[in-house]
Amino acid sequence: MTMFEAIVLTIATAATPLLIAALGELIVERSGVLNLGVEGMMIMGAVSGFAAAQMTGSAWLGLVAAVLAGAAFSLLFGFLTLTLATNQVATGLALTLLGLGASAMIGESFVGLPGVRMESIYIQGLTDFPYIGKILFGQDPIFYLSILLTIGVAWFLFKTRAGLTLRSVGDNHASAHALGVPVIRIRYLAVLFGGACAGLAGAQLSLVYVPQWVENMSSGRGWIALALVVFASWRPWRILAGAYLFGAVTIGQLHAQALGIGVPSQLMSALPYLATIIVLVLISRNKRLTLINTPTSLGKAFVPDR
Amino acid sequence: MRLELVRRPQHSALFSALSPFIALFLTLIAGAILFTILGKNPLAALYSYFVEPLTEVWSIHELLIKAAPLILIAVGLSVCFLSNNWNIGAEGQFIAGGIAGSILPIVFPDFQGWYVLPLMLLLGMAGGAAYATIPAFLKVRFNTNEILTSLMLVYVAQLFLDWLVRGPWRNPQGYNFPETIQFNASAILPEIWTASGRAHWGFILAVLAAFAVWFTLSRTLSGFEIKVFGRSARAGRFAGFSAGKLTFFAFLISGALAGLAGIAEVSGAVGQLRTSISPGYGFTAIIVAFLGRLNPLGIVAAGLVLALTYLGGEAAQISLGVSEKSARIFQGIMLFFILASDTLIYYRIRIVSRLGDAAAKGA
Repeated sequence: MTMFEAIVLTIATAATPLLIAALGELIVERSGVLNLGVEGMMIMGAVSGFAAAQMTGSAWLGLVAAVLAGAAFSLLFGFLTLTLATNQVATGLALTLLGLGASAMIGESFVGLPGVRMESIYIQGLTDFPYIGKILFGQDPIFYLSILLTIGVAWFLFKTRAGLTLRSVGDNHASAHALGVPVIRIRYLAVLFGGACAGLAGAQLSLVYVPQWVENMSSGRGWIALALVVFASWRPWRILAGAYLFGAVTIGQLHAQALGIGVPSQLMSALPYLATIIVLVLISRNKRLTLINTPTSLGKAFVPDR
Repeated sequence: MRLELVRRPQHSALFSALSPFIALFLTLIAGAILFTILGKNPLAALYSYFVEPLTEVWSIHELLIKAAPLILIAVGLSVCFLSNNWNIGAEGQFIAGGIAGSILPIVFPDFQGWYVLPLMLLLGMAGGAAYATIPAFLKVRFNTNEILTSLMLVYVAQLFLDWLVRGPWRNPQGYNFPETIQFNASAILPEIWTASGRAHWGFILAVLAAFAVWFTLSRTLSGFEIKVFGRSARAGRFAGFSAGKLTFFAFLISGALAGLAGIAEVSGAVGQLRTSISPGYGFTAIIVAFLGRLNPLGIVAAGLVLALTYLGGEAAQISLGVSEKSARIFQGIMLFFILASDTLIYYRIRIVSRLGDAAAKGA
């Protein structure tokens, strides 16, 4: 494997969890719901995935457990914000706080145990292509899932009737309701999808990225995923681009640390967070662009008048 | 069967007052269930969580030590949340305050006297406020989401503290431990009542801050502006209030109080800087703010409750062998119940059965 291949592969590994979690949150936000609990759902996915894989020896079962855990956890958020019409910002924060706490406690007995790594799939023959062979056809299954998910989400949102309905709910829930669209049910489904995606992203962390359990191992990736949705102005392909940009920053700073360029490692580690801030500023300073793309009902509770 | 919300014509004063207590009660029940699942006697567990820490004098001192930063930070956050400024980076501002206030005792250890401590506290407040200005400025100037920027700055502050303590500020005589030098006596926040225990003046500062902010919110024009903007930004603009100024004001107040909490913790409870100076006070304070219903006086009580969960976690680990991390689950569940109970203030909840549903549709 050449240096080039190795670097691109590691960038993809760093980008994949961001991509998956951000795609899930994209659907949630397009339905008009702001779920700030991505970090919490992701870490619950990571710990559930690790635990299930560790106990059964199967990375695939781990993946399934992570997706289910993320989805189940998101229901808690859904029940509060959709059925009880609570403040979405505060409830999302609650989900993150609970997820970080619960995962720390669940994971306590798994600290230091060897994990189960999800093996890469090598598509015979195709991996021999020069340069791009191993990059496109020699990756872990979750990478392929993330690409399929991007295509699927883009197609769903802009090419299907259901996608149109989802967007209408996010843009004006009162009108959608007046037209007979079941606003709350659609939002529940969107929140569940977001939870499942965040869980899957968590599984990628504890089964592929570093197959072990470390407390707080999501280290802000859920928040970066939230920022990516804004950065991408709520469009799936831009999320893909953004996720890989952040993957490149993360990997770039790791390589720079390894080379020992004399900059303190902590400063390099802070780069992805600083990059998030800079990117957010660059995007949001264009007020018109943001206004056009933001789902109009984003973050507003909906209680139908009966 | 499903739940339906019916908007109350007026918000319920009764549930306004009751909701924190309903939330606490539900949290206790959830805790009992959790401990039963873990195979512990739920009553014994709740006892060691919520009563045992209150039975000894030393542990009441610990309670005050832990409540001080929670109250200080949450009082500041209430100003932010009331005015719809979602500052969730208080943990970072706490660290910034801890670092800024420590400049005197670490860089100038020979600088001693009665004036050192007040200067440190002021520097801590300035550090926290300056750090909070970043998300405020980005929000006002570039329309950038303050939730994400303030949170990202938490990670940056943690890494910066880590670098300082392992790098330039490490104690040269410290056997390579990642710690700074111990503060000299004039840089230590004194104990309230030394004969009784180690609780320091941080708690008194917290109560004073709560009263000051309560006064500002309920008795002055700026307090009125804050509340108007929180309820309706449009109404605020019509009244001629400046949204930008208010955002800066809210972030400055909450940053300064978080910074004060940071330096009070470092100087009063720790006595030096370490790579980590907070067990998540900045985040737990969000729960304190909501449990106190964003009222500074309510927050004093709420801060004591949440401080109790920290101590309860430690007690439960010792007496029951339950991980002290259970405290964080308690705290998280509590916020859920608080938010859910708040729904009762604005809505009546109706349980609709499928049968009734069908009848309604037929009619």
